[in-house]
Amino acid sequence: MTDQTPALRLEGIVKSFPGVRALDGVSFAVMPGEVHALMGENGAGKSTLMKVLGGIHQPNEGQIIVSEVPTVMTSPLQAKSQGIVFIHQELSLAEELSVAENIYLGELPLKSFGRVDWAKLYAQTDAILAKLKVGFNAKTRVGDLSIANQQMVEIARALTVDAKAVIFDEPTASLTDAEKVVLFDVIADLKSQGVGIIYISHRMEEIFKITDRISVLRDGQYQGTVVTAETNEEGVTQMMIGRKLDLSRAAITHELGDIALEVRDLSCGKLFENVSFQVRRGEVLGFYGLVGAGRTEIAETLFGLRNPSGGTIHLDGNEIKINSPADAIAMGISLVPEDRKGQGLVLGMNCRDNMTLPQVSDLTAGPFVAEGAEIAIFDQYRDKLDIRTPGWKQTVGNLSGGNQQKIVIGKWLSMHPNVLIVDEPTRGIDVGSKSEIHNLIRELAAQGYAVIVISSEMPEVLHVSDRIVAMYSGKVMRTFTSAEVTEDNLIQAISGITPSNKVA
Amino acid sequence: MQAGKMTPFIKTGAIWAFVVLELIFFSVAGEFLSLSDKAFMDLDNMLLLLKQSAPIGIIAMGMTIIMINGNIDLSVGAIFALAAVILLDSMSWAIFAGLGDWVIPVSWALALLTGVVLGAVNGLIVWKTGVDAFIVTLGSMLGFRGLVFMYNGENPTSELNWTLVDFAEAQFLGLHTATWFLAAVTLVIWYVMTRTVHGRNAYAIGNNREAAVNAGIRVGPHMMINFMIIGFLAALSAVVFYSESGSVNPNDGQLYELWVITAVVLGGTKLTGGAGSIIGTLGGVLAIQLLRKGLGHIGADTETVNLVIGLILIAVLFLDRQLNLKGKEELKT
Amino acid sequence: MATLSKQDIGKILARQGILIAFAFFIIGFTLANGRFLSPDNVMGVVRSSAILGVMALGVTFVVISGNLDLSVGSMMSFSTIVVLDLHDKIGPALAIPAMFAMTLCLGAFIGFLVGYLKLNSLIVTLGMLSAIHGLTLTYSGGKNMDIADKDGTWFDVFGQGTALGIPVPILIFLALAALLGIILAKTPFGRKVYAVGGNGTAATFSGIKRARTVFFCYLMSAGCVATAGLIQASRSMGSQNTVGQGMELEVLAAVILGGASLLGGSGTIFKTVIGVLILGFIQNGLLLVGLQFYVQYVVTWVIIILAVWLDIAAKRGKLWSNFA
Repeated sequence: MTDQTPALRLEGIVKSFPGVRALDGVSFAVMPGEVHALMGENGAGKSTLMKVLGGIHQPNEGQIIVSEVPTVMTSPLQAKSQGIVFIHQELSLAEELSVAENIYLGELPLKSFGRVDWAKLYAQTDAILAKLKVGFNAKTRVGDLSIANQQMVEIARALTVDAKAVIFDEPTASLTDAEKVVLFDVIADLKSQGVGIIYISHRMEEIFKITDRISVLRDGQYQGTVVTAETNEEGVTQMMIGRKLDLSRAAITHELGDIALEVRDLSCGKLFENVSFQVRRGEVLGFYGLVGAGRTEIAETLFGLRNPSGGTIHLDGNEIKINSPADAIAMGISLVPEDRKGQGLVLGMNCRDNMTLPQVSDLTAGPFVAEGAEIAIFDQYRDKLDIRTPGWKQTVGNLSGGNQQKIVIGKWLSMHPNVLIVDEPTRGIDVGSKSEIHNLIRELAAQGYAVIVISSEMPEVLHVSDRIVAMYSGKVMRTFTSAEVTEDNLIQAISGITPSNKVA
Repeated sequence: MQAGKMTPFIKTGAIWAFVVLELIFFSVAGEFLSLSDKAFMDLDNMLLLLKQSAPIGIIAMGMTIIMINGNIDLSVGAIFALAAVILLDSMSWAIFAGLGDWVIPVSWALALLTGVVLGAVNGLIVWKTGVDAFIVTLGSMLGFRGLVFMYNGENPTSELNWTLVDFAEAQFLGLHTATWFLAAVTLVIWYVMTRTVHGRNAYAIGNNREAAVNAGIRVGPHMMINFMIIGFLAALSAVVFYSESGSVNPNDGQLYELWVITAVVLGGTKLTGGAGSIIGTLGGVLAIQLLRKGLGHIGADTETVNLVIGLILIAVLFLDRQLNLKGKEELKT
Repeated sequence: MATLSKQDIGKILARQGILIAFAFFIIGFTLANGRFLSPDNVMGVVRSSAILGVMALGVTFVVISGNLDLSVGSMMSFSTIVVLDLHDKIGPALAIPAMFAMTLCLGAFIGFLVGYLKLNSLIVTLGMLSAIHGLTLTYSGGKNMDIADKDGTWFDVFGQGTALGIPVPILIFLALAALLGIILAKTPFGRKVYAVGGNGTAATFSGIKRARTVFFCYLMSAGCVATAGLIQASRSMGSQNTVGQGMELEVLAAVILGGASLLGGSGTIFKTVIGVLILGFIQNGLLLVGLQFYVQYVVTWVIIILAVWLDIAAKRGKLWSNFA
């Protein structure tokens, strides 16, 4: 492999944003006909790297070299013309148009007077689709296709150019097993044609099944490249996590209180079924599972955003019905949502107003908002949570991710909830703030809050939780105590493998 | 997405079903309620209906492109009026005095050019400033109207050219001149939207603007061309209408934008862009005109037309939402 | 450095551009005509802006909540016609509350459709523009409304009266502006309006009842429209069915000119009042220097585009759009 010219080579890529060094000297090469995995935790810099490759961000230092030619990327379109093609997690298709029109978007074959040359368009498209062996034709409306097939359309689009490297970003996130098989066939096909492939995924089993080499990023730094056949999951995990974070198992250092929240046989359509668990005061209950396992949906149901189709919810032993977030909040159930910017904060509002938003109706002096009381609350939680902001007047959109997250947490803590649900507590947050948030969660439990933490980062779940609920495809596979859990049995549980020990 | 297969069909199909329903209803109701003994589906009545649909219909075809693009144009009524003023006034300009009836094509060209230029102004602002089309055309709706007034004060502009009136009132194969124009415009725009690269790109931009940009479609110029098209069509509508009437008041064409948008939305074009059809819009235009005529026919006050159309518009929106909600497990936000 | 200072100037221009332009305008017209800033003239401008202004106050709430209201023009003619008609039938003391109740019902209907049923506000209010116009015509039978005994009633006080030497319409406008300004800036409801318009999902995730908030915004808008209709009816003591037609867009123009974003979440009552006054003074100034009223349309056009353009240019950090 070494005597070949790399299809794509990165050399010392550095990309800084105000306050964060998102990429810090990333270098690796993808050979033609190689499937090269790019791994790293959320926030490790994978997506920034992709944006640099696609010309959305310009690197501060370093070079992108395509077939040994240094290339400046200015836009995804220009990257494509250089033979670098992206298959994004979020598909960029026009649903109302046909498969053929989507594949040749922006490059429809022309006849006189600006007419589309349909015969040529369909012929070209059919030729490409034949290579992919898909079950739809050029004229199908894209909106009528399954997600997997829509992805095939994106891949077909990549095949219209002389692709040197194709980058797959979490391609299997929403695919069924059967669909994955088809996708892997296509990747094998591309590989045999001498295309270099960068494959980004969190799923170890896929990585070990289809990739040749693995490059790992951690906190924006390149950790090295290993040959897949010469390593194992543990080795890769080691590289991804490193020793930087103290993610040792948390020890229970305080007495647990009464059961705060109990859920019995809760179901919501097909999203999750017959879920049962309980959380005590002073306890952190972790939820772990793959995307789509139903974790976030459970949180949303507990917060009144979804109507359960069955089962009961008990707070302090009394059965409750939660019809809206307002109900949930009134009963002391709080949710720090997964999508901080979309769901957690009104970005254009200032820090104080965001923090007191749920209780603004109660913080009144006569008919008016008691701004003094609001500022007092803000100051209290700014100090308590160590929120770094010039003052309460600062617009939340200008804060760093970690500080934004603390505003959301402070928003709920200031209302002294019974149960605090935190969905992906450290998504998109830099390493320093991560451990702060982790410590904070442990501290809250010590103060007697019942805390539910949902995370797709295994080290995080292992670190903060007293017990862990493992979910797979809408079902609880097993509930582990801190003593029982190991990485292996946790991975088995969230992959749907039930060993001899009984499902809790 | 499960409902995806059905909705486009339901949308274009539904408006035509509604048109048929209106025809049946007014024919039957007319038998009992109508003061005149003429049947509603009388041929002359129907031909007249088509003719009367033309001014709104011609503009609506342009609005369909604009809305599929994900934009809106509120200035069409003002463009309509200004083009009409130019049309009628230019016929008496001294420099054209020697042309005789040849002044007609010259004036037409001037009026159409006016429409294209005004549309280009809108389009250029949208393209270059990035200000939302709603605000840009809200502004130019006022501005263009101001130009109409500045042209001739508050006085009407009149010029009756009998050759022109004869042409406008002519019937060819039974259909009035205006109807032919509507038919031609519908056909051309339908062809553009379904068969040309420009038309297909219009859908792509409305559907997923980012994807369109990433695919190298030049969104700015594309939108500008569409604004020029609707400007042209607003002027064409004025040309067709005022060739016959021969006199324009500075307030003419007010609220046209609302009628046109109503027709387009009734015809199934999505407000957020990306979906819609010319055939559906034609149905929407006819449905509105049928309602106007029909309510008159059965002796209802013509005033109730506004009421009924407004409520139908809201009902359509409601039904559309219910259809799209079905089977989705949505968050209650 | 050059680009930086250029950006800074852009930001200042964008933030205060309207006020700066307004100041130039005032200075220019004062130089052209000394009467421009005389108390009489200023009073006259505010007075003639009062009806538009009162409507703009309500629409400000709707726009900040992230919605549109195109029905205010039709609704204003509805309330004018209704109150004039009822005046002679049941007397002014009953006619006024009856008219308010009916107008608020219309507002509640729109609020229900947009808030609770989550229908697109542009189309709903477009439909209501047409529907309410039809309702008005049906109600009046297409006839103009007149108060029969114009001298034997106190009804003219809202449009023609003065108190403390100030015309009543001005007092109503300013009082309402103060009241609504305080509600928007200082009460929990006002805070919720900003939250719902700024990020409706996040507002819901904070337990705010989004539908109810939007509903009340439309109710406030209808209340303002009814007040405007009252002033209009009282001023003219008779009216055509078309009285408010086209005002919806002028009202919206004033609100946008004041700097409220159509995306929701920003704007204030004070800024809207400035927007209304700008429109009023432009109109008046152009008339005073001998130009016709319609010249203001063209000037307004240019000002609106410039105002919004500068605003978004400052936000994206460059003057020209990102469109290729």
